[in-house]
Amino acid sequence: MAAAERHRTVIAEDSRPGLPSFVRLQFEPVRGAWALLSPEKVMWPDEISYDILKRCDGDTTVAEIISSLADEYDAPEEVVRDDVCGFLQVWADRRLVVA
Amino acid sequence: MTAPGPPIGMLAELTHRCPLQCPYCSNPAKLLKANTELDTADWIRVFNEAADLGILQVHLSGGEPTLRGDLEEIVSALSARGVYSNLITAGVNIKPERITALKEAGLDHVQLSVQGATPEITEKIGNMKGAHQLKLATAQAVRAAQLPLTLNAPIHRHNIHQVSDFIELTLQLDAERLEIANVQYYGWALINRTQLMPAWDDVMRQVDIVEAARERLRGILLIDFVTPDYYAEFPKPCMGGWAKDAFMVTPDGTAMPCHAAHTIPHLTFDNVTEKPLAEIWEHSPAFDAYRGTGWMQEPCRSCERREVDFGGCRCQALAIAGDAAAMDPACSLSPLHDTMLKIAGQAQAVSEAADHFTYRRIGAR
Repeated sequence: MAAAERHRTVIAEDSRPGLPSFVRLQFEPVRGAWALLSPEKVMWPDEISYDILKRCDGDTTVAEIISSLADEYDAPEEVVRDDVCGFLQVWADRRLVVA
Repeated sequence: MTAPGPPIGMLAELTHRCPLQCPYCSNPAKLLKANTELDTADWIRVFNEAADLGILQVHLSGGEPTLRGDLEEIVSALSARGVYSNLITAGVNIKPERITALKEAGLDHVQLSVQGATPEITEKIGNMKGAHQLKLATAQAVRAAQLPLTLNAPIHRHNIHQVSDFIELTLQLDAERLEIANVQYYGWALINRTQLMPAWDDVMRQVDIVEAARERLRGILLIDFVTPDYYAEFPKPCMGGWAKDAFMVTPDGTAMPCHAAHTIPHLTFDNVTEKPLAEIWEHSPAFDAYRGTGWMQEPCRSCERREVDFGGCRCQALAIAGDAAAMDPACSLSPLHDTMLKIAGQAQAVSEAADHFTYRRIGAR
């Protein structure tokens, strides 16, 4: 498929976000930190970003991610929803998350 | 000075041999011959030391790295350590089966250089007949092997009018990313500066094209843009800061903070065959020379951008200001900033008769 036929991923609650095959979330023992490896770039997700990214398995829906994070952080779902959707859309636009 | 944090990335120039002869090659003017290259065991040992040091990405470059018959072995060693491997290739000499073999060995990503968006420009810049079709075939083989692809287009006066075409080509080839990389004038590019320097109007036009394309292709294609130094307001943070996150190793094992560091005559380099990589990273005099901000002169030393651009490029400071510790003349605060604009103006005013490149090859200088 040519990239010309690609579409921008628009994150919705029923999306099932995952990492593309060439993006890896990996623990780096020297620094004791999680790293996200992508073409020509390494990122160091903070704790919340990591908690979202590790749930991006291509199977779990955004709604399920929101509800599980709301539980874990004991936070209202509507607050978590905005944060998660905003985060995932930015990452999708950088082609680090697909859905 | 406090001990540096671990490096993130390493560029390994496996060889200086290359089928192309691009006149802006980042290799030194004095190219290393095949008999000086590190052997397979040396590279694999160095990559294991790199992984121990906390390096997460290795860029396999050259010359043309696929001229090494041991590339699969090297990729496999990186993969075993979880290091993200990136093959930087000209793509004119790889059979599809080899790309599949590299994928199977654990290769993570391919960066393919493109000299032109048309056969005519590709052949003129690389000085190789048929190069364009070979590159397209390589791109297709990379995608067929389900490897992610980046196109890297070094930009100069002979292809700056093709920026839109490069974007279109990237989409057609189903690549993830495009790098529109304005040529940086060190090494071979400095030798060919007059022939390569683009005009101001063309530079401004390409900025507009890239910005519009980024907007139009949001979430579809990533476009990285390396700004043209000679027309910049602020210098680039060269290598993300001298010996801060990344470094490179030449085919004979010399560890350098950047491609052009050998042009700074007072620096002393270590070799990975003589010292462990960790010791080189922490203590090599060449790495220490401009690490951090302590070496800076004014106004860099008290500049609020000192940890944004790290004073720019040391090699350019030496080449133009005559002092490697001076501020990069690409900075608008430099008293030599106008000189850079003047050099650019003079170069691009030269007529089309200045098409005669000094092509990159052994013995050309």
